[in-house]
Amino acid sequence: MSVLDPSSGTPLLRIRGLEKAYGQVTVLRGVDLDVAKGEVVTVIGPSGGGKTTLLRCVNFLETYDKGSIRIDGEEVGYQDGPRRAMRSERDLARMRAETGMVFQMFNLFPHLTAAENVMLGLVKVRRKPKAEARAIAEHWLRRVGLAEKLDRLPSELSGGQQQRVGIARAVAMDPKILLLDEITSALDPELVGEVLDVVLQLASEGMTMLVVTHEIGFARDVSNRVVFMADGLIAAAGPPRELFGGAIEVERLRAFLSRFGARV
Amino acid sequence: MLAAILYAIPFLMQGLLTTIVVSLLVVVLSTAIGGLMGIGLVYGPAPVRWLVRGFSDIVRGIPILVLIFFIYYGLPIAGLNLQPFSAAVLALTVFKSAQVIENVRGAIGSIPRGQMDAGKAVGLTFAQRLAYVIAPQAIRRFLPPWINGVTDAVKGSALVSLLGVTDLMHAMQQVIGRTYNALPLYVLGAIIYFVINYGLSALSRMLERRFSYIRE
Amino acid sequence: MGYHLNFNLIWRHFDKLWGGLVLSLELALVSIAIGIAIGLTLAVIHVSGGRIVRALIGAYVEFIRNVPLILLVYLVFYGLPTAVDISYDATTSFVATLSLYAGAYLVEVFRSGLDAVPRGLIDAGKAIGLTPWQRLVHVRLPTMLRITLPALSNTFISLFKDTSVASVIAVPELTYGAQWINFNTFRIAEVYLVVTSMYLATGYAILLALRALERRFVIGR
Repeated sequence: MSVLDPSSGTPLLRIRGLEKAYGQVTVLRGVDLDVAKGEVVTVIGPSGGGKTTLLRCVNFLETYDKGSIRIDGEEVGYQDGPRRAMRSERDLARMRAETGMVFQMFNLFPHLTAAENVMLGLVKVRRKPKAEARAIAEHWLRRVGLAEKLDRLPSELSGGQQQRVGIARAVAMDPKILLLDEITSALDPELVGEVLDVVLQLASEGMTMLVVTHEIGFARDVSNRVVFMADGLIAAAGPPRELFGGAIEVERLRAFLSRFGARV
Repeated sequence: MLAAILYAIPFLMQGLLTTIVVSLLVVVLSTAIGGLMGIGLVYGPAPVRWLVRGFSDIVRGIPILVLIFFIYYGLPIAGLNLQPFSAAVLALTVFKSAQVIENVRGAIGSIPRGQMDAGKAVGLTFAQRLAYVIAPQAIRRFLPPWINGVTDAVKGSALVSLLGVTDLMHAMQQVIGRTYNALPLYVLGAIIYFVINYGLSALSRMLERRFSYIRE
Repeated sequence: MGYHLNFNLIWRHFDKLWGGLVLSLELALVSIAIGIAIGLTLAVIHVSGGRIVRALIGAYVEFIRNVPLILLVYLVFYGLPTAVDISYDATTSFVATLSLYAGAYLVEVFRSGLDAVPRGLIDAGKAIGLTPWQRLVHVRLPTMLRITLPALSNTFISLFKDTSVASVIAVPELTYGAQWINFNTFRIAEVYLVVTSMYLATGYAILLALRALERRFVIGR
C-alpha cells in the first residue's frame, strides 16, 4: 500500500526506510512517509508503536540507525554522503530551528516568563534584536489567546495555557514543519479543547504539521491524511474518511479505534 | 584571662587572614575545576565520565588529612616540590573539587530531560542550552549545597596548620605555646570559626528557602 | 633525582599500620554507637520538647557542625582539663569528641527521619489505639530507622575517615602509624601510598557491606 502522496512533486518531509532500535528493542522497522507542504498528517496507533520515536527522529532528538529523513531535500542529523557522519552541533541546531516541536509535557523553561520562553530561540538562534523578538512573541501569544499572560511564569499558568505557550514558542520560529507530540495527553479533559482550537486554526492557515495524537476525533477533523502505526511500521494510511470509514481493512486498527470508543 | 585574650587577638587576626586566603583560593579553584569536571561527568563521553567518576570516588574515600600529607610528602617523589602553603591549597582544592563535581551532578540531575529536548527543538547549540536553559535552573539547586560546602573548605583549612602554615588554628597553637592558657584561646578560636561558618550555612539555608519558594 | 620506591621498610613495620587500621575502625564503631544514642535521644526530645530545649539542642548541633574537628579534638584534650578537674588519655578523649561530633550530625538525620514518617502510618497507629509512646516505639522509630539507614552508613564512613584526626593527639590509629613510620624510616612517599590505599580499600569494603545490609533490611520489611 502506498503512503506517499502522489499529488505533490517533492514532499517537504520525506522519510524512507527509517529504522531505530534501543539495544535489543526495535522501535521503528522501516517507515516510509511523505508530508507535502501545507499538509497535516496525523499519526495514531497503540502506545509503544513508535509514533513518538518517529516524531523525535524528525527533529533529531533521537538518532536513527538506518534509512533517511529529509526536510526540503536536506538530510536530518547526518551529513550527506556515503559515511553516516553526524552533523556538527551548530548544524544540528540550525536544522532543528527549521522544525518546531510541541511536547507532551510542555517542557516550558520554568525560569523564563511566557514571552521569554518564546523569545529565547528568536534572540539566540535567529539573532533578532530583543524588541523585535518581543513583538513577535506578543503577536503569537495573542494569537493563542494569552495576551494577558505575557509576563507570567509557567508555574502561574494552567496546563492548557502552558501548552499554548509551547505552541507559540514553536510557531514563532517560523518553522517549515510543526511537530506535535501528544500535546493534549497531559491535560485535564476540560483544557483539551482550547489547545486543539489553536492547532485547528494553524492548520487552516496552511501550516505543515506532523501530529501524534490519541484524539481520534481531532485526527479526523484536522488531517489531510491519517497514518496508523503499530509495531514500528505504518500499518495503514489514507484520508481520514477512508481510514475511519472502513475502506481499509486492518484488524488492529479496528480494535484500536473501538478501544477509544470511536465509530468504525 | 582578659589580658591573655587581648594579647592573642593580633596573632589570631593574622592567622585568620591566612585561613580566609586559603579558603578563598580553594573555593575559587575548586569551583572552576569541579564545575568543568561535573559537566564532563553529566554530558561527557564515556571515558571522560569514568575518569571523573573515578577521581571523585577516590578523593572522597581519602581522609582530608591523609590527602594533605600525601600531596605534601608524596609529590616530591614525582619531582614536584611544593611549599607547605601551595601543597595545602592543592590538597584542599582536590578535596573540594570532588565535592563540587557531586554538587553539579546533583543540580543538573534535578532538571527534567525535556528541558534539554525543548532547548534542542528551538535550535539552541549545546553551549547555548547549557547557558540559557540548564544553568539558570541548575544554579538554584547548586548554590545552597555549594555555599554550605564552603564551610568544609574553611574547616578543612584548619588542617593546614599541621604543615606549619600559620592559619588561625596554628596561630592559636603558637599563642598557647607562649601563654600556657589553652582553654580560653581554643574557645575564642572556636567562636571565630563558628561565626564564619554559621554565617555561611545560614546563607545557604536562606537561599534554599528562597529558591524552593520560586520553584513551585 | 631518581627516587626509587622501596616498600621493604613499610612491610617490616606493617604491624603499626595494621594495628592502626583496627584501632581506627574501633574508634569509628564506638563513636557511632554513642553518637546514635545521643542523636536518637536528642531527636526524640527535640520533637516533643519545648522551645528552650529545642534551642539548646540547636546550639549544640550548630556549634559542633561549624567548628573544625581538629579544634574540637584539641579543645577536649588540651583545653578542658585545664579548667575542670578531670584527666583522661588521648584515646578516651578522642572517642568522647568524635561521639559528640557524630551525635550532632545524627540529631539532624534522625529529626528529618522522624519528619519523613508518613502521616498515614501514624494515623493507622492511632486508629488501632496506640498511645503516643507506643506509636513512637512501634511505628515512628522503626519506620524512621529504615528511612535513615543510608544516611547512617554515610555517617559511619565519614567517621572512619575522621579518625585520622586522632593522630594529632598521638592516638595510635592508622594515620599516626603512617607518621611513626615516616619519622623512623623516612620512606615518606611509600607509607602514604600504602596508607591511602588502606583507607580507600577499607572504606569501600564498609560501603559494600552496609549497602548489602540496607538492601536486606528493605527487602525483609
